[in-house]
Amino acid sequence: MSAPIHFDPIRLPPEAQALREEVRGFIKQEIAAGSFDPRARSTYAGYSPEFSRKVGKKGWIGMTWPKRYGGRERSFLERYVVTEEFRVANAPVGLHFTADRQSGPILLKYANEAIKSDILPRIVRGECCFCIGMSEPGSGSDLFAAKTRATRAKGGWQVNGTKVWTTGAQHANYMIGLFRTSPSTKENRRHGLTQFLVDMAAPGIKVNPIADMSGGKHFNEVVFSDLFIPDDHVFGEVDAAWRQATSELAYERSGPERFLETSAVLFELVRVLGAKPDLRGAEGIGRLVAQLHALRRMSVSVNGMLQAGKEPVLEGSIVKDLGTIWEQELPAKARELAAFVDPRHADRGAFDEVLRQAVTIAPKLTLQGGTTEVLRGIIARGLGLR
Amino acid sequence: MTVMNEAGKLIADTAARIFRDLGDPQTLNGAADDRWRARLWRALEDAGLTKAWVPESLDGAGASVADGFEVLRIAGEFAAALPLAETLLAGWLLAQAKLKVPQGMLSVAPVRNGESLLLGPDGKLSGTAAAVPFARDAGHLAVVARRGGAATVALVERGKCAIRPGASMAEEPRDDVVFDGVAPVATGDGLEEGELIAMGAAVRAVQMGGALQTVLDRSVAYAKERVAFERPIGGFQAVQHNLARLAGEAAVALAASGSAADAIDGAQGFDEAVLLEIASAKIRVGEAAEKGAAIAHQVHGAIGFSKEHVLHRYTQRLWAWRDDFGSESAWAVRLGDAVAAKGADALWPMLAAR
Repeated sequence: MSAPIHFDPIRLPPEAQALREEVRGFIKQEIAAGSFDPRARSTYAGYSPEFSRKVGKKGWIGMTWPKRYGGRERSFLERYVVTEEFRVANAPVGLHFTADRQSGPILLKYANEAIKSDILPRIVRGECCFCIGMSEPGSGSDLFAAKTRATRAKGGWQVNGTKVWTTGAQHANYMIGLFRTSPSTKENRRHGLTQFLVDMAAPGIKVNPIADMSGGKHFNEVVFSDLFIPDDHVFGEVDAAWRQATSELAYERSGPERFLETSAVLFELVRVLGAKPDLRGAEGIGRLVAQLHALRRMSVSVNGMLQAGKEPVLEGSIVKDLGTIWEQELPAKARELAAFVDPRHADRGAFDEVLRQAVTIAPKLTLQGGTTEVLRGIIARGLGLR
Repeated sequence: MTVMNEAGKLIADTAARIFRDLGDPQTLNGAADDRWRARLWRALEDAGLTKAWVPESLDGAGASVADGFEVLRIAGEFAAALPLAETLLAGWLLAQAKLKVPQGMLSVAPVRNGESLLLGPDGKLSGTAAAVPFARDAGHLAVVARRGGAATVALVERGKCAIRPGASMAEEPRDDVVFDGVAPVATGDGLEEGELIAMGAAVRAVQMGGALQTVLDRSVAYAKERVAFERPIGGFQAVQHNLARLAGEAAVALAASGSAADAIDGAQGFDEAVLLEIASAKIRVGEAAEKGAAIAHQVHGAIGFSKEHVLHRYTQRLWAWRDDFGSESAWAVRLGDAVAAKGADALWPMLAAR
């Protein structure tokens, strides 16, 4: 028997819904002030130091972290609301999003006091950008094939090798990188990798941009040549990084960004089909809304269970699998449903524009942060099949 | 399903124990006769579970809405071939009208949108309700009828109605019931037909969630046992990925139906927000039933297609339940129309408020 799947029907608490109104007010103000265009292409991953600083001032970065590092000690469900409102509004959170979601929590867990006191408050202020150094030219889904080497040097480590598909490396102040410190063993091929904090301003790092097919300029290749990393920048146990991924992963997999990436297509579809759609249009909208509602309720549930100290690891993986497949399929379904809308319809242009963008980014949605195939392997393991 | 209190846990444990002891689907599947049925029903009735949604003031068990749904989820895990859900629904409907709830199996009518029964000035009913689940097995029916323009709840002796037998895909009764000339035992002010159907849709979604959990468990267990090409088929990546997808469908069914049950539990009536939850559950759980059943059969191979194997008790019910109290398509049109009428900019706020 597999473990029962469990989703507590958790609702966002009143304080989270009150915060939502505040976030919406802020977004409205920012759009009116021209700090971003909600319909512009892919502004979400957009890098805007001004915007991130304003978000920081609001107290919405690192908001779950301890107050002594500038955090607000608010709940993960409050952070959830901020994330989903920014995502739906297409707000440019590229500078701080990675640090807020995963790098900060890693620092909190593994960094020494000096590093925490130095870096975390800067993240909170929206002044510190992180990237993640995982994939390599010969190692994508198969993380444990990473070859970039960190070898012992006086007072630290020396790194040589190449990371690739590194989102935001051109802006990042720091990277959390996974480097090989020992060969893997026969018994455990996951052995031998260590997590490091990399100061991107250190000598020995070259960042080369990689343009993607959607016109985005987020990806990079990062080349390390005799990069020196001091000893206190090792996070966790040497050679045992594989043991360190725990509940952060469930947060990373189950957030609203795992199913809202193309949601603008649904909103524009509803607009272009009008107040009285035909039977086909109505059924199509109804199914898509039902699917989105169900996904969101699962996602809120996982985040609520995490907040309550549970470990819904299988549930989190399922949210990402279903969520990314859904956001990937949404553009194709919407395209069919809008097929017979008059090309001269006043809202057709806006629909076509978000559709084109969504169709182009769709392929990456089931690749980033772990492919569908890897994820299904993880779910199968959760079912006791591996 | 939910964070339960002691009373809720006791009810859920009781239901699970009774179904384990007297309602094991594999045993029932091979049973020579249906004597198990009376035994199982009596145990459920003696434990008060058939009147879970009837308040103590009306001689019921007085369980919360959430606890009653939990009983039905567990019944779904056992593919219960009894009108437990229908009896709970009838008790709930009668209790809304403050009517006394009779013992025995019950069902409700109408169960299809657009149908309406009339209660004339002579105090007699007229009209036909199609595909009423377990109608022929029920001692009484709880119906919504129109008196003048107003919705009235009426308790009817089933024996006084004419029955045209029909069957669901699972070979369970789905009978047309002719109410012409029947005088109700009692009447009271109550709910609209649409509210009964909405509650019925939530009930089916919850049963389907439970059924899909078992379908997943059995499929995973079978994939671990069944050896082909010299290893358990669960070792093959293609099979693992199918089962991962099945887990996703079971998960979304449990989450969506659990959310709808929770929404009803926490609400006074069937407002727009609750209808979003119920519609979404019936639509998405129905889709999950279709995808999930297909994967389960693929994993089980030929044996799962046999009468002897228990899988069909689940998959045929899952297929049948999709059509009860409004199909995915029917609910999707209703939800889609509501979303379109409110406009594109109202959609996200509506979802985010849940």
